[in-house]
Amino acid sequence: MISLRRRYIRDNIMLSLIILNTIVILIPLFIIIVYVIAKGFDALSIDLFTKELGSPTRAMMGEPTGLVHTMLGTIVVDLIAVLIAIPFGVGAGVMLSEYPDHWANPVLRVLNDTLNGMPAVLKGLLAFTLVVKPMGTFSGLSGGVALAFVMFPIIARATESALMNIPWSIREAGLAIGLPRWRVILSTIIPAAKVGLVTGFLIAFARAAGEAAPLVFTSFGNNYLPIKWTGWFTGPVDTLPQRLYNLAISPYEHWHDMGWAAAIVLLAVIIASFIIARFVIRDKK
Amino acid sequence: MTGNNLTNKKISLSPSALYGWLGDRIFAYGIFILGFIVIFTTIAMAVSLYFSGTEAISKFGFFGFMTGRVWDAAISMEFGTWPFIVGTLVTSLAALALSFLPAVAIAIFTAEYAPKWLGYIIENLVNLIAAVPSVVIGIWGIFIFTPWVRDSVYMPVYLWSLENAPTLTPILGNPAGYGMLTATIILTIMIIPFTTALACDSFRMVPKEQREAASALGATKWEVIRMAVIPYSRGGILAGAMLSLGRAIGETMAVAMLIGNKNTLPFTIFGPGSTMASVIVNEFREAVENIHLASLMAVGFYLFLISLVVNLVAAWIQRKYAITGGRAV
Repeated sequence: MISLRRRYIRDNIMLSLIILNTIVILIPLFIIIVYVIAKGFDALSIDLFTKELGSPTRAMMGEPTGLVHTMLGTIVVDLIAVLIAIPFGVGAGVMLSEYPDHWANPVLRVLNDTLNGMPAVLKGLLAFTLVVKPMGTFSGLSGGVALAFVMFPIIARATESALMNIPWSIREAGLAIGLPRWRVILSTIIPAAKVGLVTGFLIAFARAAGEAAPLVFTSFGNNYLPIKWTGWFTGPVDTLPQRLYNLAISPYEHWHDMGWAAAIVLLAVIIASFIIARFVIRDKK
Repeated sequence: MTGNNLTNKKISLSPSALYGWLGDRIFAYGIFILGFIVIFTTIAMAVSLYFSGTEAISKFGFFGFMTGRVWDAAISMEFGTWPFIVGTLVTSLAALALSFLPAVAIAIFTAEYAPKWLGYIIENLVNLIAAVPSVVIGIWGIFIFTPWVRDSVYMPVYLWSLENAPTLTPILGNPAGYGMLTATIILTIMIIPFTTALACDSFRMVPKEQREAASALGATKWEVIRMAVIPYSRGGILAGAMLSLGRAIGETMAVAMLIGNKNTLPFTIFGPGSTMASVIVNEFREAVENIHLASLMAVGFYLFLISLVVNLVAAWIQRKYAITGGRAV
């Protein structure tokens, strides 16, 4: 039997170890973010948002270069991904929560979680075989498909748990006044679960927007703006995470600075969607 | 009579079939189609990786390709994925081992000790760090972390071993900064927030009565945590650790930027290495020969198998300890 005194001593030792550990781990992690932001601010400039990247010589000659084609490309690819992912993600989520007796649900749940846990590179390889190979070229469309593979398992999971939080009595009330089931789902359940759904979309977006691995061999990257507007969909397109990777491993000093600038823009997009998801929407509840 | 007819008519005004039962059928089948496409996507991933890599797998054999130690895309065109399997498993298991206790300790502090406002701040901070993209961690690693760790850790240790313990030098390897240890540390940094968030969730699911019962028996705060909270939530914690391992195995960009990319065994502690994900992303764009492309796809297939096992084990642990609910991270 250990004396009470020694138990209290052990209690205090554990508490101080845990506090020390928390401080020692969390502060360096936080410093990484602060450092990237500080370093990126120095590299920001107007040219970054108005000029294309061009060839490396352009940077070495000191001519203005920027990443406007990358920003636009990111918007296009992410938009394609969101448009593809939301129907499938929400559909699968509705199937899991509103039709709980369907025989395929256990399979769907396991495979959806499996897909969610799969490395993003493999999603890129899948988009490569499904879209790039038949099209015969790297394209913005294939990049969007690859990112949709990242998004929809997250959306499905978030939709399921958001809809599950709505009590069954609300569905029964809807059915009792004679509404058909689809009307109950579309006009009462989904509006009631709106907050959870949008949070899920934003979390999925934040996750996919930072992925570079699936884009390296689907949207490929491009140093210039496309010549025609269809080039955004059918030709190689630049995206922020993938451009950031290419800039960081390039041998040019000027491109490294631009990489920091790209990092802060990317981080800003992700932190913004994170803050909207966590604070702005949640408070409206 | 007429009035009676009118009421009858009003009651029998049934909604159109398209609105009623037909609408229900159409909607349900639409939803099922969407759900089945999600199912088929996962299956399509396995099938397409296997068939794209079938040229390599049939040439070298299923186990031959897995255990082949040569990866030569220049001269002999011989491919084997063993070095990458080793690189993936060593870095991610080491990262899991390094991150597990600190991550759980942060979760314990957040969920059990911290006052509510502080716990709220820490939890959001952890989630924020988890959301930082891996390329951003990668660029920080290339320009800040690697030069620092090379000059202040790797070089002194290497020089010390040259003088005092020459037998250790070949194990330590080239202290260039880009290598297995750097990649492991970066992976550790990246999965700590993930493990913490999942562990926090499972601590929050422990019923209050569980803690109160232990306190009523005279347990100190730490004893309550050790005897009542941790045993109750161990399933969630372990499943979270497995999911973090899956994250580490699949982590691509930061590792590809920092591991040094060497294709031949043996890997050393400081020296360069390679993982399955990093070799795919590094070589895919430059793969010209069909057999090279097929081999990279086959590496993807083996990566799929490893991730599948890790995910299924995580799901099994979660099911076995039956703490309900999941989290879409």
